[in-house]
Amino acid sequence: MSEGIHPIASLLASTARFISGVQVQWAGCRPSERQRIYFANHTSHLDFVVLWSALPSDIRAHTRPIAAKDYWEETRPRRYLVENVFKAVLVERGTVSQTKSPEEGKFVSRSLIEDLAAALGTHNSLILFPEGTRGTGEKVGDFRAGLYHLAMRRPDVELVPAYLENMNRILPKGEFLPVPMLSLLTFGKPIRVEPGEDKQEFLERAREAVSSLRRIGPS
Amino acid sequence: MFPALHDSRLMWLFGGVLFVLILMGFVADILKERHREDANRPTIDNFKGRIRAWWKMCIMFALCLLVGHVATLVLFAIISFLALREYMTLVPTRRGDHRTLFWSFFVIMPLQYYLVGIQWYGFFAVMIPVVSFIFIPSSMAIYGDTEQFLERAAKIQFGLMVCAYGLSHAPALMQMNVPGFAGHEARLLLYMGIVDQMNDVLQYLWGRLIGRHKVAWRVSPSRTWEGFFGGVISATALGAALWWVTPFTPLQSAGMAFTICIVGSAGGLVMSAVKRDIGIKDFGVVVEGDGGVLDRIDSLCFAAPLFFHLVRYYFVP
Repeated sequence: MSEGIHPIASLLASTARFISGVQVQWAGCRPSERQRIYFANHTSHLDFVVLWSALPSDIRAHTRPIAAKDYWEETRPRRYLVENVFKAVLVERGTVSQTKSPEEGKFVSRSLIEDLAAALGTHNSLILFPEGTRGTGEKVGDFRAGLYHLAMRRPDVELVPAYLENMNRILPKGEFLPVPMLSLLTFGKPIRVEPGEDKQEFLERAREAVSSLRRIGPS
Repeated sequence: MFPALHDSRLMWLFGGVLFVLILMGFVADILKERHREDANRPTIDNFKGRIRAWWKMCIMFALCLLVGHVATLVLFAIISFLALREYMTLVPTRRGDHRTLFWSFFVIMPLQYYLVGIQWYGFFAVMIPVVSFIFIPSSMAIYGDTEQFLERAAKIQFGLMVCAYGLSHAPALMQMNVPGFAGHEARLLLYMGIVDQMNDVLQYLWGRLIGRHKVAWRVSPSRTWEGFFGGVISATALGAALWWVTPFTPLQSAGMAFTICIVGSAGGLVMSAVKRDIGIKDFGVVVEGDGGVLDRIDSLCFAAPLFFHLVRYYFVP
């Protein structure tokens, strides 16, 4: 992956920032060059661009999104956007649950985690939406296991929770045209897998770390 | 080249405003030094916040004078946009309102300003009260979400009336054809802005100084009768003293200023009630720093259409 930022990416980032009027708060950590996985709630197509544009530009240049392969490879413009513009890491969604035997499932998920670990490399950061799909914004849905496995595979990488507020009102699922409401983005305190913590406990704690950053609206 | 620069009365007025602003800046700094810790501190911070906002308004007004009518229109359209955005962010809407909100932001509001710009009075006066009044509930019905239908339609229409319709009458003043006043329309806008903002701040200051008897305490606990009368009377007096920039006689000018004060106060009170209803203190809560556009201009949104129509009714043949 080259270091530069695609001009279309910069353009989309400033457009998304204008439309969402996003106000960024680093509540639990500072922007940093170190390798991180930013994980956030997901309600809108704008989520990634807004989160990405909130990072300082030198950090932005080596921060890549993780996107669902089935959705983003469906049409040519989408494919161009994820592959060339944002240099996303494409992953298969739900393949693990479709496998016939638990062994096969383990194998598939392991290769997926290997892909993600490879994408992290030695100096990249990733943006991940662990709910796996866009929600309605009322509450943060259950997290998929990828975050846990990736955290186990790469314990050196910081896990930074983030909450995107109001994005579901700006560009909800199924809508094409945005409404320019104001949004908030809050970065929380980094978490990690504690010794002895099992998968479910960790995923629930990670979900809590994201949803506790909510500042307005029903809590 | 710049006709406004040859309008000596306008220049005197504007120069006076800048002078007073600089003076107030010094006074605020001195007061801040004296009241570092005590109970007056919030009042002084509030005052300093206002002064900052006024500087911005003055700079924008000056730019409008230099660039012309279109710039004034664009500027007010942007302010409308920011205000409507704050309003809609904080007023609860539902998923089913999405497309109606899109139309409100990107069609209805720009159209309102376009109509003001092409001076189509008959259309811009009815655009939001009639056309959007019909359009908004109709489109919401077509999109099909009937939950709290009446409430949602009313909220969107109210926001458009205040933020787009009301405020669009301020740049519309620039096209008022008062006989013998051609080329001086910018003075009307500045006059209205000064009286409105002074009424706001003077009510606040009088209230802090001699306020005893609370008025509408349920809506806004800091308002008092003393502050209200003190503010209205002194801002009316100021308006009367500024008669020389308007087409009015001193007495007429007092009447106009009085109306701006009363209606502006009503606007501030109504928007306080809205905030109380939503459960927030300021519309600026979401946006730190530059936030709270609607908090600053709520009185103007109510005063502008009335002032516009009074001038039009009595002074345009």
